[in-house]
Amino acid sequence: MTAVPKKRKELPVTPLSFPTVGSMGKTGSWRTFRPEIDYSKCTRCTLCWVYCPDAAITREEDDSPKIDYDYCKGCGICANECPTKAITMKREEE
Amino acid sequence: MGQTIIDTANHIAGYAARAARVKVVAAYPITPQTTIVEKIAEFVENREMDAEYIRVESEHSAMVACIGAAATGVRTFTATSAHGLALMHEALHWAAGSRLPIVMAVVNRAMGAPWSIWPDLSDSLSQRDTGWIQFYCADNQEVFDTIIQAYKLCEDERVFLPAMVCLEGFILSHTYTPAKIPDQEKIDAYLPAYKSGWTLDVDRPCSHANLVSPEWYMEFRYMIQEAMDNAKRLIPQIDKEYGKRFGSEYGGLVEKYKCEDADLIMVTMGTMGSDAKLAVDKLRKEGQKVGSARVRVYRPFPVEEIMKLAENTHILATIDRHISFGMEGFLASETKASLFNQKDRPLIAGFIAGLGGRDVTSETIEKVAKKSLKCMKEGKVEKETEWVDLRE
Repeated sequence: MTAVPKKRKELPVTPLSFPTVGSMGKTGSWRTFRPEIDYSKCTRCTLCWVYCPDAAITREEDDSPKIDYDYCKGCGICANECPTKAITMKREEE
Repeated sequence: MGQTIIDTANHIAGYAARAARVKVVAAYPITPQTTIVEKIAEFVENREMDAEYIRVESEHSAMVACIGAAATGVRTFTATSAHGLALMHEALHWAAGSRLPIVMAVVNRAMGAPWSIWPDLSDSLSQRDTGWIQFYCADNQEVFDTIIQAYKLCEDERVFLPAMVCLEGFILSHTYTPAKIPDQEKIDAYLPAYKSGWTLDVDRPCSHANLVSPEWYMEFRYMIQEAMDNAKRLIPQIDKEYGKRFGSEYGGLVEKYKCEDADLIMVTMGTMGSDAKLAVDKLRKEGQKVGSARVRVYRPFPVEEIMKLAENTHILATIDRHISFGMEGFLASETKASLFNQKDRPLIAGFIAGLGGRDVTSETIEKVAKKSLKCMKEGKVEKETEWVDLRE
């Protein structure tokens, strides 16, 4: 990974970014509502993993979804998509 | 030895793309450009050219296809005119900002409304601030040579910018003249395969030209300005070296003709530069010390060359095949801007001529010269911009 430049002479001719985890820092701190999964209702359909726009949901070996709260911004798309309503959005301070 | 062919500037532009071993061509037809991409289609179909030929649905797509292709590290080419170029406008900024050395032939055509298919330089000059290098050609041979030179320049790591090679519609695009096509081995030796500064690579994915915060945006702009300055330095060297190898030289940024002792210098662009030379010869026979300076490269603008020209002359007459409505022609404005801080600067008379394909002959230029000589005698320019041959 190339280091973040400090001087103009260190810049590439055009800005390039290579995929990396968390280049903007731990964006989970932006979250107001936290998705929580009720694994007893979850059917392992992986739709939440498909829809998560931040790739903050990973799949375990048995296809169980796992939310990475360091980067989940709490958008709620997973909860909206979940066909069995296994994901609920809870206010962070609760 | 190469071969001498007789063909139109458009076909010759196609020959140049073939000679440059362009790998991707994105094509959308528009008069008077169409026969360039038709010629290239013929070359690709006959397997005389090993290139991917992408038929796109608009000029915007043509430019974006070139951007994508160039980003994978291959040499790209496209061509357009007038409204096609205007439709590309947004993508032109992306090409320059991404520092991709795309070369595009722009066959100059006047902008509508009202419709016109005939030439003036308003289409390409409107794209002045996109970060593209702009060359203007005066004959068919120069079209071939400039396309080859443009790749040499743009692919230099000190430049990495795209370039337009502009030629006036019909006056050049559809006119048959002889042109020398050098041997392919000689072109190959002069123009090796393109080595990109950065590359889209599936094995090492990246995204480019991403959001840049106010902390860094200005620096990326400054680097384009630096690249333009480098281009200004490199163009005369490239022109000289090309001349040594292939026999044609164009004076680098500005083609000067009998300027050394001239009281009056006619400043032009494109084919008017050829007519200006005829006018100079005629006026010289009549005892008038007149010279011609054809601005061959408009971006970067040859400020220093204009300053040098102005040192020993009394008046410059700019002839624009262009109007910036509410002001004057760009050539007039920028010639004036180049000289503002110079001591003892000459008078500058601005003329507008040849819009929408109105014929500009050596007689037209002679007339402009005589008016300018009168201004010189009187020591003042009364009319800042004069429209030549305007009907009452």
